Amino acid sequence: MNKKLINLVVNGEEKEFSILPNEKLLEVLRREGYKGTKFGCGEGSCGSCTILLEGKPVYSCTMFAFQAAGKKIETIEGVGTAKNPHVIQRALIDQGAVQCGFCMPGIILSAKSMFEENSDPDEEYIRTHMDGNLCRCTGYEKILTALENVAAVNK
Amino acid sequence: MTKKKFKVVNTSVEKIDSLSLSLGKPMYVSDMMPENALHVKMLWSPHAHAIIESVDISETEKMPGVHCVLYYGNVPRIVHCTAGQGYPEPSPYDTFMFDKKVRFVGDRVAAVAAETVEQAQAALKTIKVKYKLLEAVLDIDSALKKNAPIIHDEKEAYIPIPVPYEPEKNIVAIVGMESGDFKKGLKNADYTFDQVFETPYAQHCPIENYVSLAQLDDYERIVIRTSTQVPFHCRRIVARTLDIPVQKLRVIKPRIGGGFGAKQEVLLEDIVAMVTLRTGKPAFWEFTREETFRTGRTRHPIRFRMRYGVNKSGSIEALGMDAINNTGAYGGHGLTVMSCCGSKVFPLYHVDNIHFDAKAVYTNLPVGGAYRGFGATQAFFAVESMMDIMAEKIGMDPLKFRTMNHIQSGEGHPAFAALGEGKPGTPMTIGSCSLKKCVELGAKEIDWSSRTSHKKKSGRIRRGIGMATLMQGSSVAEIDMGACSMKMNEDGSFNLNCGATDLGTGSDTIMAQIAAEELCTTADKFIVYSSDTDMTPFDVGAYASSTTYLSGEATRKTAAKIKEQILKVAAEMLDKDVKDLDIKDAEVSVRDGSGKVSYSDISNYSLYENNQFQIAATESHVTKKSPPPFSAHFVEIEVDTETGNIKVLKYVAAVDCGTAINPILCEGQTEGGVLNGISYALTEEYRFDKKGKMTNPSLKDYNIFSLRDKPVLKTILVPSYEETGPFGAKSVSEICINGAMPAIANALYNATGKRIRTAPFTQERVWKVLNSK
Repeated sequence: MNKKLINLVVNGEEKEFSILPNEKLLEVLRREGYKGTKFGCGEGSCGSCTILLEGKPVYSCTMFAFQAAGKKIETIEGVGTAKNPHVIQRALIDQGAVQCGFCMPGIILSAKSMFEENSDPDEEYIRTHMDGNLCRCTGYEKILTALENVAAVNK
Repeated sequence: MTKKKFKVVNTSVEKIDSLSLSLGKPMYVSDMMPENALHVKMLWSPHAHAIIESVDISETEKMPGVHCVLYYGNVPRIVHCTAGQGYPEPSPYDTFMFDKKVRFVGDRVAAVAAETVEQAQAALKTIKVKYKLLEAVLDIDSALKKNAPIIHDEKEAYIPIPVPYEPEKNIVAIVGMESGDFKKGLKNADYTFDQVFETPYAQHCPIENYVSLAQLDDYERIVIRTSTQVPFHCRRIVARTLDIPVQKLRVIKPRIGGGFGAKQEVLLEDIVAMVTLRTGKPAFWEFTREETFRTGRTRHPIRFRMRYGVNKSGSIEALGMDAINNTGAYGGHGLTVMSCCGSKVFPLYHVDNIHFDAKAVYTNLPVGGAYRGFGATQAFFAVESMMDIMAEKIGMDPLKFRTMNHIQSGEGHPAFAALGEGKPGTPMTIGSCSLKKCVELGAKEIDWSSRTSHKKKSGRIRRGIGMATLMQGSSVAEIDMGACSMKMNEDGSFNLNCGATDLGTGSDTIMAQIAAEELCTTADKFIVYSSDTDMTPFDVGAYASSTTYLSGEATRKTAAKIKEQILKVAAEMLDKDVKDLDIKDAEVSVRDGSGKVSYSDISNYSLYENNQFQIAATESHVTKKSPPPFSAHFVEIEVDTETGNIKVLKYVAAVDCGTAINPILCEGQTEGGVLNGISYALTEEYRFDKKGKMTNPSLKDYNIFSLRDKPVLKTILVPSYEETGPFGAKSVSEICINGAMPAIANALYNATGKRIRTAPFTQERVWKVLNSK
């Protein structure tokens, strides 16, 4: 198959990626060095490949890379730094919600889009919005508390 | 109660890796794959039981991008077991890298390594295999029938320890004990019971699938980075399987995306190592989710026949458990899981007359392995259901029935001595035990006193409250070993190298806290590096609830040795006797206030000034006991009697794990285990077609819980002080998964008066039970 060039914006930087028409966005992002986007199921069930496309969470494992052409993408590499982690990252760390951490990039990005949509979500809102990100370590209790804490600060 | 005041231990120090992980840094195996890595794909058996008459790879080797094809015809035939256990393993050697026979749908047939995944997949399609189908054994009763097909008829199969192993009868293991006089106990009891319980297959579903990467270092050694719980066992097993010296291998565990027992198995490492050995190129293999379900390890399904005798007064006169475990196509962990059905369960309650007879049998179904809880999870469903059934019969509150019978500090139990890992166990008396307090606090939180009989309930939607009390162990006494090495740096920091394997549990942080407490400094002074067979000392790995209790004590002993050296150097510097010195806040001072030196001063002195040496130590630890943590679980559910749907409203877990080294991480372990236990009880299910093929190998169809499904989870840490553990600690990771299945079954009875004995409690199954007579 012939490779094609696509242009897109990743974490605020303009990028040009050479892709195959049948490649998934997850594969391309990982190849291009955005390793924080994880493969967990390849069928849009677990949410560990979640990225933000024009600010909305999508599963990059089920989306073709060409569908992202001309769009703005945000990956975990664009959220927070070691010196200045994002408020969501700080809240999750403080609550002890980061166990194996494999689901965290997806969870953080889903949460980020949630707070952009609604700065003060209630528990029900959080549960609904975060339903597409599976975690097997924490039982979600600390994740929920952390996100409620972020909401409380936003009030 | 907690005896001592701590400075670092028993505080919720920030988990060492949590910032880097939440920033998405490339810390997992798949993030480390070099660009020139070959991609491995496997041709799996589509049949449950068949002879491979021939494999033709002549086309495959010519396919574009293909560098290596492996099948039984071109690899060494060395019998081994894939279970990551101590050596010699209490598991049969019944596995080859590739065999001429396939024993379940998902067994290995041939592997291809190519430059891209697509090339590897295309090449797989060109492998021509001729199978001769054999009758498949798809349940435990068929496996035990006379003249049943023999699943392991290869002449090489054996078990490397002196225990019964009868592959010609499909028997993997036989475990049992007799204590007192079981028959007499039954005879003397006011009431007797004889009931059957069945627990299902389940998969751990770590969000990171199984994944391994091999590459050569500059000296032609094979370096394997792998998502494993057992790096040292992995090195030993791969060396055996490839017939190369241990010296030629280095196994590194980077961060891993969850284990729960699944990765206490060597399932990919032999193949990537073989490809690298053959080609000299890096080799990468990551399971798809479907492969994790089909070929990855599972929780052994077990059928229990429970016989009990109980008196009106509430004393348990006899306990009988006859259990049959389906290990699937290979026998790893079959013996030990059955042993733990007794050893981690029976000691919870006083009973003198015990009969225990357990078998593990081969079938042509997916393979059982280690799974958090390890037999205790399955057995507690039967035992804790029976506790409620007996309490109901004698008209006693099930909470009271449990508290009047459970074991307490200072008491022993015959099961401790009777049941080990393929040999007798270790006699033990209970040291720490706060179970009474767990029951009391948990009951208060769930409002147990408001619980009413099912006879008073009516209507379509009914609520019920149920409970279970639990125990587990902490490491395998007199078998498991952990070790730690530490050295001191100029700035008063320390390198802490340990074999202990952090699966995301936070054990690296726990080791730093323990070392900091012993060395009178802060946890952030420790550079923790773990689980690298070249760089860290040995540890059996992360299993059997051992890391905090066993590896933690190895770390504490190492820190104590370092402390002795620090004091000695300080005494020389201050020209005093060690007995005149105090050590506190990373500083050594003369008790009379005449002088002091900092850790940095001490380290610089020892490295550069006088009588130079490296302040360093290595210590190992083997435990004499396996002290149980205890827990009381309570659940409130709502049942829709028309649809059979169970909704968990609130779940309370009160747990005595000794001193909680890091309370927030202990809560996290408990909550994660509890929710996994709830979805194991309610929704997780392996469904099979008539030929033994799993029909729902995806997260969509297997149904693990999401945030929406989570009930209110309340964890109560109830302190005790275990004298034999580091700063009073016991284990916490496994016990929490054992309670949900029995507690929910008991709550269902409390809501409806109907008893469910087969799990999972899917809507359909519950509806059938509710509509049975």
